[in-house]
Amino acid sequence: MGQIIVMTSGKGGVGKTTSSAAFATGFALRGHKTVVIDFDVGLRNLDLIMGCERRVVFDFINVINGESKLHQALIKDKKVDNLYILPTSQTRDKDALTKEGVEKVMEELRKEFEFIICDSPAGIEKGALMALYFADQAIIVTNPEVSSVRDSDRILGMLAARSRRAELGLEPVVEHLLLTRYDPYRVERGEMLNVDDVLEILAIPLLGVIPESREVLRASNVGMPIILDDESNAGQAYADAVGRFLGEDIEHRFIKPQKRGLLARLFGRTR
Amino acid sequence: MATDTENVSEKDASFQLRGGTFSLMVLKLLDAASDTLFAKLGDKVRQAPNFFRNAPVVLDLDGLPGNELVDFADLKARFRELGLITLAVQGGIHRHQEAALRAGLPLVPVSGRSNKLDTTARPDTPAAATPKAANRHGAPAPARAGQEATGRPAMVINEPVRSGRQIYAQGGDLVVTAMVSAGAELLADGHIHVYGALRGRALAGLAGDTSARIFCLSLEAEMVSISGLYRVNEDIPPAIFKKPAQIYLKDGYLSLDPFSDRFSGNS
Ligand SMILES: Nc1ncnc2c1ncn2[C@@H]1O[C@H](COP(=O)(O)OP(=O)(O)OP(=O)(O)O)[C@@H](O)[C@H]1O
Ligand SMILES: [Mg+2]
Repeated sequence: MGQIIVMTSGKGGVGKTTSSAAFATGFALRGHKTVVIDFDVGLRNLDLIMGCERRVVFDFINVINGESKLHQALIKDKKVDNLYILPTSQTRDKDALTKEGVEKVMEELRKEFEFIICDSPAGIEKGALMALYFADQAIIVTNPEVSSVRDSDRILGMLAARSRRAELGLEPVVEHLLLTRYDPYRVERGEMLNVDDVLEILAIPLLGVIPESREVLRASNVGMPIILDDESNAGQAYADAVGRFLGEDIEHRFIKPQKRGLLARLFGRTR
Repeated sequence: MATDTENVSEKDASFQLRGGTFSLMVLKLLDAASDTLFAKLGDKVRQAPNFFRNAPVVLDLDGLPGNELVDFADLKARFRELGLITLAVQGGIHRHQEAALRAGLPLVPVSGRSNKLDTTARPDTPAAATPKAANRHGAPAPARAGQEATGRPAMVINEPVRSGRQIYAQGGDLVVTAMVSAGAELLADGHIHVYGALRGRALAGLAGDTSARIFCLSLEAEMVSISGLYRVNEDIPPAIFKKPAQIYLKDGYLSLDPFSDRFSGNS
């Protein structure tokens, strides 16, 4: 039976979709059959980051409404084996998601995939609740700033109280912290919270720290998950985090400012 | 046989009537015509929005001047706008009670302890108002509260209380064995224990028990309150911030005390 993983944050724009694409690709690269689902109904994004936007025919909502079969809506990735994308609708809204509908799709996916990644919309309303409801594990995407940390805390409360596991009194959802857009230089100057500050407030295990990197935007503009860029700091940090998720013991990197050569400083590259 | 008939009637019944005792917030009206009543109350509500959201309230009419004409329907509507739901009235003179009844507010017997969140309390003023308010209704507040502190059930929470969550231990103590996040709210009629960092709000002695206390391993609270007297984060002395502490009422003042080494056995 596959594991359902929700990528969630409360706050918007912290890197959920970037991380969903990276983790899905990372799992698949390591041979795990993985599907990533866009729960952000009306703000279709994941297909762009995954570079498959021109191949969308049917979507998640069509499947829920019985307008298409699941297999007609699943898009097989062209670059990576074992990787599938279930895009969402750009024309509908979050009310199109029904618990029964989502449950049916999840049960079907569970039989076929090892990992099912749910890319949650921002907020704490229906869309976000629906994305986290069926989760077995949750990756809490947080930026090192107070408002993002507060929202993550709120979402952790929802996981503990309003997920399916909570409602049925099952083992609680497994929680992981993914600290993204971490800029060690700004942290050192005291402009951002450091890793320890965030861990003290949220008190959940740290899965990874993804540094702020220009390569992320560049990669998403060409529809390539950042984890495929193994020269970038962010790509390496995601690969480490995927390894840790799968149980490997990998030391954290990119937390302290690196000594950069004169050239690098002149060109201001953050890789 | 008695039991048989009881069972039969229970099966057929579409309802049951029972007695119940409740601990409710009492709002004492001193001047219902005052322009500032709603502004002041609005301020209060904004300080603890979760606490007041859909909170049932009983209006105490004892302090109303006899010659004042009160439009209870209007009061009820305006309290509702602030989140409060007016249930009934207590005390006061016959004329006011009649007017209240016409607005759908029945008279309930005056309770002994009716000083929940006394609106006269301010963070930097003595708490003298609170015990007095209790005594006014003939309840020997501290002694009685002390008796009630024994044997009442405690609610135990074994997971972190995260932002946005509110937990109310009605009629008893609240024990949290994990941390309490900023943006979370703990309410208890008895004591509150937090075996972790207290970063949210904690209101003990909610129904007026002035002997209630708050204990925590690291005091970082947004607000602490005992029986209506409160202090906000800014007012917590730096020396005790992030330290193990207990909060209690002493001579009408809210005391914030660190647990010193002499208790923990360290030197
Ligand atoms: N490590 C990073 N370094 C630099 N930029 C990043 C990083 N991670 C994400 N971004 C940028 O942040 C923006 C938001 O990212 P993304 O769309 O993944 O967030 P989201 O949480 O899914 O947003 P939403 O809440 O709108 O769904 C994007 O422009 C993305 O390129
Ligand atoms: Mg997104």
